[in-house]
Amino acid sequence: MRINLTSVFVDDQAKALQFYTTVLGFAKKRDIPLGTHRWLTVVAASEPNGTELLLEPDAHPAVKPFRAALVEDGIPFTSFAVKDVAAEHKRLSGLGVRFTQPPTDLGTVVTAVFDDTCGNLIQIAQAKGA
Amino acid sequence: MDEVFRAIADPTRRAVLDELVDRDGQSLFEICTRLTMKHGISSSRQAISQHLDVLEAAGLVVTRRDGRFKFHYFNGAPLAAIAQRWLQAKGNNS
Repeated sequence: MRINLTSVFVDDQAKALQFYTTVLGFAKKRDIPLGTHRWLTVVAASEPNGTELLLEPDAHPAVKPFRAALVEDGIPFTSFAVKDVAAEHKRLSGLGVRFTQPPTDLGTVVTAVFDDTCGNLIQIAQAKGA
Repeated sequence: MDEVFRAIADPTRRAVLDELVDRDGQSLFEICTRLTMKHGISSSRQAISQHLDVLEAAGLVVTRRDGRFKFHYFNGAPLAAIAQRWLQAKGNNS
């Protein structure tokens, strides 16, 4: 067994694809029509055969209150690895991305948290000494 | 003033204030993360939330909503009242 797919709920798949590719820099992997929605995944541009991130519609009524509660408390839905959190913070801030937590040194790791504009907070993390 | 002394009588709550002085305006998540990673405090999120309620009741922490987010800020005014009551009074007499 291996993990080849993970997902985030998004309020609008087209908007999410735009944000996750042009702003975050992921590459579109699969885009398959499924009725009113799409099976829409992105991958790291540097790892086209790596784990796919499914941009999953948030249509189920339980999703919105669940995500709203997480966002209110600043809790990221998932975390992505970056080489340099400070550099990504600067780059993404320049593109208008809102951070709820600027780069923070936590000893073994540096993290930051931003709003993905699709209803989630996302953490970026950089292992120190790696 | 009882609430202020009760609030700062607890080491976890003092650590919360330390972290808010380090960076003001944190989410509950950031506060919990800092307490775990920097102070080795392994209390649950719910326990930290209750500590924040005590600090807020004492006026040492103020929460503000910003859109869908909620941030916590340090407020030192109640501590200044303590300094004024004893330290400044003593200074005036000498």
